[in-house]
Amino acid sequence: MSAIVQFENVGLRYGLDSETLSDVSFSLASGGFYFLTGASGAGKTSLLKLLYLAQRPSRGVIRLFGEDVVTLPRKRLPGFRRRIGVVFQDFRLVPHLSAYDNIALPLRVSGMEEGEIDAPVAEMLNWVGLGDRRQARPATLSGGEQQRVAIARAVIGRPEILVADEPTGNVDADMARRLMTLFEALNRLGTTIVVATHDLPLIAQVSGAQMMRLDKGRLADPTGTLRYPPQSQSKPQGNA
Amino acid sequence: MPSHADRKASAAARHRLLPGGRLAGPMPWIIAIMMFLTVLAAAAGLGLGAAVRSMSADLAGRASVQVVEADAQVRAQLAGRTLTALRSSRSVRAAEPVDPAALADQLRPWLGDAATSGDLPVPALIDVMLTPGDAEAKIGGLRRLLADVSPKLRIEPHAAFLLPLAGLLTALGWLSAGVVLLMILATGAVVVLAARGAHDSHRGTIDVLHLMGSTDVQIARLFQRRIGLDALMGSALGFSFAALVILLIGLRLAATGSDLIGAVELDMRGWLILVALPIFGVLLATLTARWTVLRALGRAL
Repeated sequence: MSAIVQFENVGLRYGLDSETLSDVSFSLASGGFYFLTGASGAGKTSLLKLLYLAQRPSRGVIRLFGEDVVTLPRKRLPGFRRRIGVVFQDFRLVPHLSAYDNIALPLRVSGMEEGEIDAPVAEMLNWVGLGDRRQARPATLSGGEQQRVAIARAVIGRPEILVADEPTGNVDADMARRLMTLFEALNRLGTTIVVATHDLPLIAQVSGAQMMRLDKGRLADPTGTLRYPPQSQSKPQGNA
Repeated sequence: MPSHADRKASAAARHRLLPGGRLAGPMPWIIAIMMFLTVLAAAAGLGLGAAVRSMSADLAGRASVQVVEADAQVRAQLAGRTLTALRSSRSVRAAEPVDPAALADQLRPWLGDAATSGDLPVPALIDVMLTPGDAEAKIGGLRRLLADVSPKLRIEPHAAFLLPLAGLLTALGWLSAGVVLLMILATGAVVVLAARGAHDSHRGTIDVLHLMGSTDVQIARLFQRRIGLDALMGSALGFSFAALVILLIGLRLAATGSDLIGAVELDMRGWLILVALPIFGVLLATLTARWTVLRALGRAL
């Protein structure tokens, strides 16, 4: 499989602080399923931000879909971002929009006609168990329900890469299992999945997934060779 | 091809992306006040300009000839000769003596009954209307002509009397134009502040839209539409009140019966310029909002 994401000696520094990420090099194959683990503060969210183009690195090269996105002009970024679905750790639902409108957002941003939006959004709402809460605003939803809306919003546009930051942090075990089933289904359809998580049992659920571990801003395996399967002998070290 | 209903639904969905309804914040009211003041200032400038033009047109071709002779009999004879000389000149379209009784009536408020007693040597006056052309040169020619008739004759162009007033009105007209310009700049500044404020308060939504692949132009459109609508409401309100005030002032001016004050009026061209102001205001607000938001978005990744 060809590489859909490539990081080469990527470093990220916020202001004058020391580097949050240092010399990160890896490549992700198109259609792969990847977990990113590491202790809190290891740099998982920063790495994901680079991946979903919320941040440019301080140094190094990042290639997405075969193109160097570090030097990519700003005006071309939206086209790349539409190919990436993101589940944010803090959900980032638009507070004044209903669950329905939040989930429909990526479709509307991409210019889909209103008549074509209803069916996939309704289906997605039903799938995440919120079919009867379509007009509910995020403030009236529980944490778990908000997370489900966030996940539905991330996957509805059938992105080529799905990036999820702790997607099961606020849902019960059953919903976590269902989410992983959805991610696997998307993965089988060709979507490359990258999930940052502390949840080792969750990693163990997905057979064939590969794992990266970050330690103090560096990939723990400096060769960049990914270890798998996660439930085998190469379990992450430390508290990841 | 999307249907009309589809397009309407898409537009409604886009409009929901920013919270808050029309006239929800201070912006429309601020625009209304600024538009009210702008239209009044513009109306004042246009009215004064019309007055200056009317005054100049009325006065440019007119002059008065004074026959300054103490002896009433000699004065009457000299006035007759002067009238003949004036009417024979090619520079004069018409020359008419001012009725001494009418002149005495005009002087009575200042001189009392002495104005009509005959004891006071009041000069005889002749109103002269010049033929079209260079009025200054013609006045010079008539001055030479009258000097040949008698040294007791004086000619005064009417424009000279009201030159300071015309200058004052012109200056006030320019002042009004300056006020309009300042109001336009202030409106632009208010819109910049409002757009920045809106951008900052919706930063979370904007970040999410950006990360989903919204372009800067897509996001800027949301703000320019909202601010454009606010400006439309405010401008319509401000213009309506200003137009009402202008009409009421116009009625008051007409009621004075003064030729000079009555000349301060708005013609169709003036009203068209005033109507263009709110349209311009809405365009200015919309484009300024777009520019401000695009600039702010350009600073983010």
